[in-house]
Amino acid sequence: MSMPPSSVDSAFSATPLRDASRWHPAEYAFWVLPVLAYFVFGENLSLLSQIAIAALFCLSLDLILGYAGIVSLGHAAFFGVGAYAAGLLAKHGWGDPLLGLAAAAAIAAAAGFVTSFLVLRGSDLTRLMVTLGVAVMLYEGANKATAFTGGVDGLQGVEVKPILGMFSFDLYGKTAYWYSLAVLFVMFWLARRLVHSPFGLSLRGIRQNVGRMPAIGAPVNGRLVAVYTIGAAYAGVAGGLLTQTTQFVSLDVLSFSRSAELLLILVLGGTGRLYGALIGTMVFMTAHHFLSGINPQYWQFWLGAALVLVVLFARDGIMGLLQKLGTRWTKPA
Amino acid sequence: MTVVFDGIASGLLLFLISVGLSVTLGLMNFVNLAHGSFAMLGGYICVILLNRHGMPFLAALPIVTLASALAGVVLERTLYRRLYGASHLDQVLFSIGLVFMSISTAHYFFGAQQQPLQLPPMLSGQFNLPGVDIGVYRLFLIVVGLSIAVALQWMITSTRFGAQLRAAVDNPRAARGLGIDVDRVFVLTFALGSALAGLGGALGVEMLGLDPEFPVKYIVYFLIVVAVGGSGNIKGSLYASLIIGICDVAGKYYVPQIGAFVIYAVMVVTLIFRPQGLFGRSAAK
Amino acid sequence: MSAVLETRNLSKRFGGFFASNDVSLSVEQGARHALIGPNGAGKTTLINLLTGFLEPSSGDVFLKGDNVTRLAQHQRVKRGLVRTFQINRLFAEMTVLESVTLSVCERLGLGWKLWRPVGAHTAAIDEAAELLATLRLLDVAHRQTRSLAYGRQRMIEIALALAARPQVLLLDEPAAGVPTDESRELFETIAQLPREMTILLIEHDMDLVFRFADRISVLVGGALLTEGVPDVIAKDPRVREVYLGEPLDD
Repeated sequence: MSMPPSSVDSAFSATPLRDASRWHPAEYAFWVLPVLAYFVFGENLSLLSQIAIAALFCLSLDLILGYAGIVSLGHAAFFGVGAYAAGLLAKHGWGDPLLGLAAAAAIAAAAGFVTSFLVLRGSDLTRLMVTLGVAVMLYEGANKATAFTGGVDGLQGVEVKPILGMFSFDLYGKTAYWYSLAVLFVMFWLARRLVHSPFGLSLRGIRQNVGRMPAIGAPVNGRLVAVYTIGAAYAGVAGGLLTQTTQFVSLDVLSFSRSAELLLILVLGGTGRLYGALIGTMVFMTAHHFLSGINPQYWQFWLGAALVLVVLFARDGIMGLLQKLGTRWTKPA
Repeated sequence: MTVVFDGIASGLLLFLISVGLSVTLGLMNFVNLAHGSFAMLGGYICVILLNRHGMPFLAALPIVTLASALAGVVLERTLYRRLYGASHLDQVLFSIGLVFMSISTAHYFFGAQQQPLQLPPMLSGQFNLPGVDIGVYRLFLIVVGLSIAVALQWMITSTRFGAQLRAAVDNPRAARGLGIDVDRVFVLTFALGSALAGLGGALGVEMLGLDPEFPVKYIVYFLIVVAVGGSGNIKGSLYASLIIGICDVAGKYYVPQIGAFVIYAVMVVTLIFRPQGLFGRSAAK
Repeated sequence: MSAVLETRNLSKRFGGFFASNDVSLSVEQGARHALIGPNGAGKTTLINLLTGFLEPSSGDVFLKGDNVTRLAQHQRVKRGLVRTFQINRLFAEMTVLESVTLSVCERLGLGWKLWRPVGAHTAAIDEAAELLATLRLLDVAHRQTRSLAYGRQRMIEIALALAARPQVLLLDEPAAGVPTDESRELFETIAQLPREMTILLIEHDMDLVFRFADRISVLVGGALLTEGVPDVIAKDPRVREVYLGEPLDD
């Protein structure tokens, strides 16, 4: 550690900022959960895999919305691009999963990079409509390009090879679960590094006061293009994972409701916090699984009601509530 | 020619439904994605009145309109007004929540199936002019749509309420300063927008169909009208609706393989090059 | 002495209205230059034009002899032209240390670093802490910006600019809205900035202007009315006319 500079009071400590990126004990505990879940809910592995994939997708939106403040109603576009990329690749003989994910990430990133220029300018509303427009265009395109995508019937014949040539996907979904979880963890870890880096700090700066950033020498557009591209790549990986673990691509990967639902999950969980995306997904998917089993319409009704209530009363989502509880616990007064 | 005629009819229908969305956006700066839910409400009320109570179609329309307006007032007073100052993202989430609730409510009461609507004999059928087949109902839509467009335009330009509305759209704070009861303008406008959406929903059962997914299925179209027409702009909405109606019908007729793609592309391109809409006022304030 | 910041025939039109009208201004190296004028005279517009916040309708801006008219805001900041805002533009949810570190990171070109956490860039943090110490903000370094009193926030507004190490600093009413006693303190801090830093200041308080500035430009209706050393400006009848009713040092 370097000595504090002379003019700085020796009583001052920069430790809170220096150590901001350290892993909190609660984080270690959190990542034990999915491992435990494997043993406790072993009969529900496909649901667990779905949760991991959705969490990764949600993470991707959190990067662009929660950190950089870009609102999107069409994030499923990149999820779908990744899903089709991995699916088509596997269908045509390139079934290596990791290669498939890399391709899904690359193609989604390219799509993100190109469309990022459309969301640079304009208000939130313009961004909402442009992202929505891009997504519905892709949906319509995939719907009509039946020779390529299978249209509404979905893309069949996706054959995925064993991971690293060793672990083949089994009927019980064990491999699929560990695979999804491992990818999620690695991607999360990378995202965590990113948000704590100076780049991540500049994204928060953009969200909190976009007008100040150029005045401290930050190229706002460049940063937005970068994070939008990264977010798209993340979504592409999530889409690719879904394809590989289900060996099928349905047109629904590009649908408006997927984008809208994603936004909703993130807001329920809490934006601008990586764990908000993860916990939001866990809560949402679990609730969805059990409640929609009872009656899908009721589920949608209460989901809508929950959304209205969250917007009106609990804008920080589940993570916001947890943090409030946390500070109350640690500081009993 | 028939394509153009049908396009105009569906364009005017689109206009009726989406003009309210455009005005709420322009006036209250509120993104109401649940606008389609009001149209759906109108559609269902109409179906109930006709099929269960045997009311004639034309008599049902005013009731539908009033009921939708009432629903608009109630929701505006209880929920919407709380979010006038909120971010667009919050408004979008909130209204998506309402959409979900309306969809499941519709499911609960009416089931997932399309609702049948028997048009009165005087409005069905078609007659042929040289070069164009004219559906009577479509003609009816055009007449109703155009009359309402003209009436709205008159109301905006020539009545006291219209003047207040324009003042409030231009600058709500200044309007308040001038002693205009902006709150009242808001609620009346919201009611009017909901009423027209409800009416449009009822008139649209025949052409657009009616099932619980209605608010989601057509929301993109409503947004396109706003994007192309410019928010808060009645004439703009009319032109945009007509263009979109004609393009959509023609597109589906002549090049069915690309479907609605053209319309979406028009929206995105417009948003990029003219974010204030094709017919919007210039962005300078 | 040479002009470090210069405009030639700079104009900005909004429709038929000239917010800046043919302004040719020259700010000398190391100057304490004040820009005064009645409300709506186009002072902030001029700052916006200088920093690239607005694009001029015609005319050019020169920084250290280079034409920077076409450069984006952040590129001008990189060349040493930094501003503050009349209405605070802060990062409300960051701690004070975080926001100043952000500004330091951008100056050091770390903004594209995606890997090492901010906390590992100790040089940037130390520099930010040092700056906070100079501005007597160190005691609130770990407080959230939005939780601070307005006077403190106004100081952070300046800290963010200083962290960019300006060669030319444009201060747009730095004491706007700050209670009088705190505004004295604020100006003391500004007065202690290194002499090699050139400062262009917009300020309404004439006492402060005449105490602080060694050169004054008067802007009226978007155009430059006159320019000179404070004594000359104070005696200029045209300036007195513009400021009729406003107290001028006799």
